[in-house]
Amino acid sequence: MLDIQANLPVLIVLTPLLGGIIATFTGRGVLPWLWSSIVTGATFALTIQMMMTLLGSGEPFISYELGNWPKWWGIEYRVDLLNAFILLVVAGIGFITTVYARLSVQDEIPNDRHNVFYAVWILAITGLLGITITGDAFNVYVLLEISSLTVYALIAMGKDRDRRALTASLRYLILGSVGASFILLGIGYLMMVTGTLNMEDMHSQLLRMPDLDTNRTVLVAFAFLVVGLSLKMALYPLHMWLPKAYTYAPSAVSALLAATATKVGVYMAFRFLFGIFGVGFSFYAMPSHFVLLGMASLGIIFSSLTAIRQTNAKSLLAYSSVGQIGYIVAGFSLANANGVAGSIVHIFNHAVTKGGMFMALGAIAYRVGGTDMKHLRGLGKRMPLTAGALALGGLGLIGFPLTAGFISKWYLVSGALDAGMWQLAVVVLIGSLFALVYVWKIIEALFFGEPTGRTAEATEAPLSMLIPIWVLIGLSIYFGVDTSFTADVATRAASSLLGGLP
Amino acid sequence: MGIELPLLAMLVPATGALLIAAFGRWPNLRELLTVLTSVTLLGVVLQMLPVVLADGFWETTWTTEPVVLFEMLPGIPLELKLEPLGMIYALIASSLWILNSLYSVGYMRANREKNQTRFYVCFALAIASVMGIAFSGNILTLFVFYEALSVSTYPLVAHKGTPEAVRSARVYLGILVGTSIGLLLPALIATYFFTGDLAFAPGGIFQEALTDGRLTGPMLGVLFFMYMFGIGKAALMPMHKWLPAAMVAPTPVSALLHAVAVVKAGVFTVVKVCIYVFGTTSLVSAGQGEWLIYVAGATILIASCIALFQDNLKRRLAYSTISQLSYITIAASLLSPLGFMAASIHIAAHAFGKITLFFAAGSIYTAAHKTKISELDGIGRKMPWTMGAFAIGSLSMIGVPPTAGFISKWYLLSGAWETGYTFVIVVVLLSTLLNAGYFLPIVWRAFFRAPPSHDGHAPLSPQDDAFGDPADETAAGKPHAHGHDDHHDDHGEAPLPIVFALSCTAAGTIILFFFPDIVLGLAQQIFKGLPLP
Repeated sequence: MLDIQANLPVLIVLTPLLGGIIATFTGRGVLPWLWSSIVTGATFALTIQMMMTLLGSGEPFISYELGNWPKWWGIEYRVDLLNAFILLVVAGIGFITTVYARLSVQDEIPNDRHNVFYAVWILAITGLLGITITGDAFNVYVLLEISSLTVYALIAMGKDRDRRALTASLRYLILGSVGASFILLGIGYLMMVTGTLNMEDMHSQLLRMPDLDTNRTVLVAFAFLVVGLSLKMALYPLHMWLPKAYTYAPSAVSALLAATATKVGVYMAFRFLFGIFGVGFSFYAMPSHFVLLGMASLGIIFSSLTAIRQTNAKSLLAYSSVGQIGYIVAGFSLANANGVAGSIVHIFNHAVTKGGMFMALGAIAYRVGGTDMKHLRGLGKRMPLTAGALALGGLGLIGFPLTAGFISKWYLVSGALDAGMWQLAVVVLIGSLFALVYVWKIIEALFFGEPTGRTAEATEAPLSMLIPIWVLIGLSIYFGVDTSFTADVATRAASSLLGGLP
Repeated sequence: MGIELPLLAMLVPATGALLIAAFGRWPNLRELLTVLTSVTLLGVVLQMLPVVLADGFWETTWTTEPVVLFEMLPGIPLELKLEPLGMIYALIASSLWILNSLYSVGYMRANREKNQTRFYVCFALAIASVMGIAFSGNILTLFVFYEALSVSTYPLVAHKGTPEAVRSARVYLGILVGTSIGLLLPALIATYFFTGDLAFAPGGIFQEALTDGRLTGPMLGVLFFMYMFGIGKAALMPMHKWLPAAMVAPTPVSALLHAVAVVKAGVFTVVKVCIYVFGTTSLVSAGQGEWLIYVAGATILIASCIALFQDNLKRRLAYSTISQLSYITIAASLLSPLGFMAASIHIAAHAFGKITLFFAAGSIYTAAHKTKISELDGIGRKMPWTMGAFAIGSLSMIGVPPTAGFISKWYLLSGAWETGYTFVIVVVLLSTLLNAGYFLPIVWRAFFRAPPSHDGHAPLSPQDDAFGDPADETAAGKPHAHGHDDHHDDHGEAPLPIVFALSCTAAGTIILFFFPDIVLGLAQQIFKGLPLP
């Protein structure tokens, strides 16, 4: 009999991998969705179990060797507090968006493709989970490709509603492939100098190099990785693929991507910059301090300004996401305790808030047929619960107190002050003010406009959508009030990141 | 020991809001609930009064553990704590809320406003936020409820949903949230960064950081600047534009929120920050903060001058509020115990006087549909109660005995004398003249001018509606071009709840002059808590 507890790490990836393949054969009707919900639900349960096991064990990490091959030959899965947390977020959001997806997918995707959609959907989640859990650099690349290819397909499935989904997907495919090949090159060069693919091993080999700071191969690897990762996490100005992809993807896909895909990109950056290269090399020997902070600040300012100009609520939120990535990157580029903790907290907080908001927009698209400002106008009366969720999520984006966004901003600004970078504090606050403007565009349209067209006849979203929406929005409020779990995990994970590989 | 009572004071209006929302379909029940909630709240607040007034408050109650709501950030919980200044604020807000609820019932029904349930729910939520502000145990808690107050009052300002109302509400929220996120929040985080503490302490929390050199005098001055302009609700110029913008709201909102709850949240925060964060000594010894006296003085005079030229009654009241708020700020900026006392007393005195004036403005609008001062000729003969109350409120603004405004002005002048700021004395005297200049003509016009003849004045234009609550007829789109004035020329007094409410607050203005014991007692209690110079 398979021992679940002992094989927990690999089951987190295997369950959705097999589940996704099986999903191809689930036929039509409600079955593909039901199967996906079971699979993602089980995966979520496994990640909860993983987190509890880790916290209960008292160890800094749990190592698992695939097929019992020693880790320097085979693949090691390595779960510490940081990736247990990210796993929890990805699997949790994956489960909630799957539950939510049923009606939205029925509405937006032809019935004969549902099994394919859900198969690809689960595989995308598999890829994201795999990237997060693995301790092997090449494995990261393999799973990155799994998640990327599936995500291109998912975005392209928005074509039945809007043909522009195809070009958006193609654009992401090109840029995403460039990013992935850069990452592959970076990993290759690293292997060249260290002779290993195991992340921990790589780190100790690099530390042993006397000429680390001047070794050309290492420098090139670093450059490739930073650019590749920036592309994957949509750091300004390498974000060009993101807004259109989020806007034209099916609603459920936008929610899943906004909440998880770029976050896993950030997680990879954590692993490579802090875990493999180490803080000393990444942030002190290299000028990434300056470059990443600069890009992040520009991203916060310019993408927020662009968000203000959008007339489609989905693309408004997409540009806002680029800005929020700026906060996350700025946080970890500070390379101090508060900054990194703020970054980790914001990964979670933003995932929950944005996921909920994209789902609310999906519910609006389901009822009204679009997410343009003109569709939103006056919807506060017709769909009060959906509109209310959107408004509360918006307050979270601004960073109002009692929302999770406030906590992230508190840490980020504290981190900036700790580092003596008051300019960054100013940028973060200006970003909040811009967020106030673009969020208020939505709120005014929702609550103080007169409904026209289909909006005037819209009714409240169905419960199967409302519940997942409010679970996420509720969490974004809850973790703005009681931060003992998130802040504790984030500060502990931050201190272990700053101490090198845990 | 009554230490859980602050929590109860927040929960009562919050629960009230839920109940009002649940029973919104039955107007009578909904409004009964509003009134009952407000009465209950006053009962709860009064329970706390003896605790705060008791001798040895600072040694006993103050030193006990605060009520912790949540551990919001590690080491900085959301916590509530009893404190005399907050007590003044809570007492005023809760007692005036009862009268305002009665008034709202009369006003909202007589003017057939839409979305009344939303109105009452948001109102109760705003009061809950006020209680949170009043009893906050540290600056973070204060900030949280300060923002909650901005958000919960936004729907009240935008209540009518007309483009004009939405635009004004945007200004309202933009300035209030912009200043608080842009200046107050970073000031807060910087305070935490320098002191490692956000708890209120009589005498301030900066001494240690100043003595061990973490914080320099100029930095302290920058922080003080960020605090004072970050508290946009105190309407210190140039952060005052939101207040005239907010006048687009229905009059009960202007009355309670923009004469009492919201603006007082601003000056309350100013005073609280001056006493419990900066303290009397650290700013003075660092040679910072004197500029505030001049900015506040300028605000007093400039706002009064603008008020002089406003023909719209509510706008004139709004500018008068801006100037009166800076009385409180200037008193606090003296950074002397007498100044702090004057500030605390003026929070109460101005509240009673100004709410009376707003009640009267709403009463005139409800009965006569007039919003302009130039239309008020002879109105005192038809509405003697309303205009009588208006006269009393005006006297209190000017500071004439026997009204409450006199007492606070007395303390302010004493404080200015004691600290030797001639500038403050000059400002107060000039401003008194200006106050008389823009209030007394209204009273004179109302009582001593003959009412206009029938065709002597034009019908309401749309611009007037923007600041004077368009009636339901116009909102419903019925053509009603000339009807207003002809129809309303034979008006009498406003509905009974309105007249009752404004008479009560006018009486309160006078009673506060003869029996200021509670407010004075609380103000002296603050005095006792301060470390000896």
